[in-house]
Amino acid sequence: MSPELAGQIELLLQVVIAGILIGGLYSVIGLGMSLIMGVMRIINLAHGELMMVAMYITYFAFTMYAVDPYVSLLVVLPAMFALGALLQRFLINRVMYTDSILPQNQVLLTVGIGMVLSNLALVAFSANYRSVPVSYAGATLYWDIALGGQTIALSFNVPLLVAFGIAVVLTAGLFLLLMRTDVGRMIRATAQDRDAATLMGVNTKRVTVITFGLGSALVGAAGTLLVPIYYLFPTIGAPFTAKAFIITVLGGLGNTAGAILGGLVLGLAESLGSAYISLGYKDAFGFVMFVLVLIFLPKGLLGKSKV
Amino acid sequence: MTRARLIAAAPLLVLLAVPLAVSSSYLLHLLILVLLWIVLGQAWNLIGGYTGQISYGHAAFFGVGAYTTALIYQATGSAAMAWWGLLAGGITAALLAIVIGWICFRLRGPYFGLSVLALAEVLRLVATNWKDLTNGAEGILFIPAFTSKAAYFYIIAAILLATVATMRAVVGSRLGYYFLAIREDQDAAESLGIDTTKYKMISLMISAFLTGVGGAFYTNYFGYIDPGIVFNLQNISILMILIAILGGVATIWGPVVGATLYILIAEGFRVFIGAGHLVFFGALIIVIVIFFPNGIVGAINDRRAARARSSAPGTGTPGTEAAA
Repeated sequence: MSPELAGQIELLLQVVIAGILIGGLYSVIGLGMSLIMGVMRIINLAHGELMMVAMYITYFAFTMYAVDPYVSLLVVLPAMFALGALLQRFLINRVMYTDSILPQNQVLLTVGIGMVLSNLALVAFSANYRSVPVSYAGATLYWDIALGGQTIALSFNVPLLVAFGIAVVLTAGLFLLLMRTDVGRMIRATAQDRDAATLMGVNTKRVTVITFGLGSALVGAAGTLLVPIYYLFPTIGAPFTAKAFIITVLGGLGNTAGAILGGLVLGLAESLGSAYISLGYKDAFGFVMFVLVLIFLPKGLLGKSKV
Repeated sequence: MTRARLIAAAPLLVLLAVPLAVSSSYLLHLLILVLLWIVLGQAWNLIGGYTGQISYGHAAFFGVGAYTTALIYQATGSAAMAWWGLLAGGITAALLAIVIGWICFRLRGPYFGLSVLALAEVLRLVATNWKDLTNGAEGILFIPAFTSKAAYFYIIAAILLATVATMRAVVGSRLGYYFLAIREDQDAAESLGIDTTKYKMISLMISAFLTGVGGAFYTNYFGYIDPGIVFNLQNISILMILIAILGGVATIWGPVVGATLYILIAEGFRVFIGAGHLVFFGALIIVIVIFFPNGIVGAINDRRAARARSSAPGTGTPGTEAAA
């Protein structure tokens, strides 16, 4: 094998690895959105902004109390659950049954919530880009593979690897919760048929509160995991809301298992696209795929699901 | 001249007299912005309010109108020629509407609104990266054709009158009733023989055309655009929604109230507080959605309708007030 070919393979593998690792994080973001979509039938347009809030919690936990970002998950998960639950309980549930001309006023409400969150952050923390200087930010693992007489050296960014691992754990935890617990059964029942669930004695209003809390906690966790890898700034939310929506559409609206696949596909598309086509258009590849899915597979890559 | 005509002519006369009465160019500038935002609010209201297809990305059409105009300037080197952008920008935006409508209107649910949002983002990326054409993030700068603000005021006033006339004509016609039927119940509309895909498309095309004209005016007035300004999510797409729902969804007067309040509040914040007007607007969206889901004009109309019903029992026609 020629060194050029080996180099090509090395690049491709490297790009695929990066795509899958970041895709794991995208999956967690998409899972939260998909859960909310499944139960409430609304798109949460404050999703990215909730992630931004979690990122700032992590940032200040580190700078003020020297809490490691991964440890701060212990604070971020309950805090974000509470924030999401409160938003649902006191704002979104209030308009669930109001009579209005526009069919999507709950979605508009989330637009307002997102705007308040991001602009409050802008006023409070300024538009500066911040990052958390953890000691392991640049740590890398290497893995050499011998292939046809050439060596292919693959590198793995440690924070990304850890983030992927935690993302897998969170995803598994969510599925255990959904499949094995009473709360999970209530959530699934409400997602399948709200009226029937109500008739079976499920307090669907409480389920929506729990669901929004879970969704916020998940996207918050993703935010925390992003902190050692990425910058944070007040308006970081909007593009991630867009990503979350793309992921849920790829996976099929409200399809939780599909969101995992959607996240991985989006991660791969961005990674491959920016390596082989153009870095400037990185964020556009997701949208292009989104449009293709809308045209050819409007039910998502997996079609309809039961979860 | 009948009384109704007099009432219709009154705003026209007021508009004509404004630049003569207002000598402060700052005040005139604010009025120009108010009129521009009324046009934009009306445009969004047609597809969002009347037809019920909420768009979260009308900046796509605004930006395309703005860039069409700026590119005409670049090609001709003449700020006077750039005024053709009013027509060309509107048409380009309407053509774009055909493409996005063809993809999305076969599907229901939130696909349309979010696809347009995605479209606006993609266009922003294209405008940023396609440097040969658009000059990238640096934007396009030129010296506007007129120095007097009064000229711009008359132009945007004319655009506004044309917009209101279009809206009245559309909403009062068979087309308007089709739009309302689609908003209220798509299945019922379909079963009555309304080609919902086609009429959603028509609504979006008119809306996009008006938004494109607004974008073209923006370029001509400010003489500077860049991708971050004209394809902006918060400052264009979301504010168009805010103005329509603040004033009154699916009313002609709603965007007038919405745009006036918006400019007043935004300027008030800028002058007296400095930052944070978007926090306020976000909170305003929350309050409106919870307490006045049909906007200020909508709430007044609802109350008036309720009073009419209680004073003359049996004559109220519920559900029609939205069409007013």
